[in-house]
Amino acid sequence: MLVPEDLKYAETHEWLRVDTDNVGTVGITEHAQAELTDIVYVELPQVGTKVTAKQATAVVESVKAASDIYSPVSGEITEANAELESNPALVNTEPYGKGWLFKIRLQDKGELSNLKDAAAYRAQIGDE
Amino acid sequence: MEATSSDLQRTPLYAEHLSLRAKMIGFSGWEMPIYYTSIVTEHRAVRERAGIFDISHMGEVEVSGPSAQEWLNSMLTNNLARLEIGEGQYTLMLNERGGVIDDLIIYRRFEETYLLVINAAKIAEDVAWLQDHCPEGITVADQSRLFAAVAVQGPKASELFKAIAELPPRNHIAKFTIGGVPSLVARTGYTGEDGFESFFPAETATAVWSTFLELGESFGLSPCGLGARDTLRMEACYPLNGSDLNAQTTPLEAGLAAFVDLKKTDFVGRDVLVQQQANGLTRRLAALKLAPKSAPPRAHYPIYFGTKQVGELTSGTQSPSLGTGIGLGYVEIEFSKPGQALTVDVRGRKFPATVEKKPLYKRAC
Repeated sequence: MLVPEDLKYAETHEWLRVDTDNVGTVGITEHAQAELTDIVYVELPQVGTKVTAKQATAVVESVKAASDIYSPVSGEITEANAELESNPALVNTEPYGKGWLFKIRLQDKGELSNLKDAAAYRAQIGDE
Repeated sequence: MEATSSDLQRTPLYAEHLSLRAKMIGFSGWEMPIYYTSIVTEHRAVRERAGIFDISHMGEVEVSGPSAQEWLNSMLTNNLARLEIGEGQYTLMLNERGGVIDDLIIYRRFEETYLLVINAAKIAEDVAWLQDHCPEGITVADQSRLFAAVAVQGPKASELFKAIAELPPRNHIAKFTIGGVPSLVARTGYTGEDGFESFFPAETATAVWSTFLELGESFGLSPCGLGARDTLRMEACYPLNGSDLNAQTTPLEAGLAAFVDLKKTDFVGRDVLVQQQANGLTRRLAALKLAPKSAPPRAHYPIYFGTKQVGELTSGTQSPSLGTGIGLGYVEIEFSKPGQALTVDVRGRKFPATVEKKPLYKRAC
């Protein structure tokens, strides 16, 4: 399972990439998409919505079930991936790339220390 | 929802599922594969080629004795007198209020010997109900533990079976030898495709499973889990007991009148159905198709006409064949006709839906 070194991970299988000026991109991990399989619908937050860390912020639906996606950090949503509306399967095929879910302006960079690095996330999913 | 694995029963094919790296879940008290690869992949395999399902969790009950037919006809909605030996029919077992205890397929094996194939979650309840009502001289034998079973479904199923024999005609059952094992094979299924279900002694399950996988190799036969079984049956609009049918719903409301013979002088629940027919139904199980790009509908989502709630989904999914959301749900009778425009509420957002004719998917020929 691909677990890129440059990302931060939440226990609930979201990843966060901190870009410039305190904005982070959020998606779900390859492990998560493999568990969900067949993603057919993604419900994304409105731009401007303020969320707190661990708050249910998006919904990813596979054929099987709907799964809540939790924001790894607190902040304000600055962008949602509109491409997923017409092509939700991108979350399956490119979970770390075109399948990203939303961008968030971090409220407190200190929260990043609550997230896992790649090694710790790998250990969590039992992947060497 | 998912029970821990220690509470769950395992079928004789459990080790086969693990070796195929199936994702296992709890279903009706059984630890079963939900998929091996993905629900959509397996769904397509059945629509385009063939799929094999472990259905060993289902129950088998043999009822025999002089006047078995007469008694069973008083316990079930369909008319058994129509069956020749070796023929089966879909039928329902009702409570005294006309509600559904179980839906099942009954096969006439011999003159006065019948095989009932019942739902996994209902084995204990069905057997107890039958035994409580059973008159002297008739035997109700729960053989569920003795049998393992698989379903092979898809346009290639009959061709695949040709290496053994010609399949019996639709809804008929016959005995064959499969991989050296005496097995019953019935031309029936739960997917909307041609195919068969096979029943054989539990201890021979691995041998039969392997024989079918070998026979199926050149036809692209894929092992399929309960996930695809559910999406396939929803497209075919086959109800699932416990979801679309229960003790409070009658077969008339579920749109199953074709399997209810009200001309029979008596069967459990008949009076309520006769009354219901005379008064007119107040609701009906409708098949809904959502507008493209809607969120997938799920069981228990409310159904609206404008601002008025007119029903609730009992099943729902994204249809792999139609590429859009589909569902079954009880809808107030005046809003239940094909063509009716409705909406389905998904987390507070209403998505347009239309009532469609059943089935939502029909095979080409």
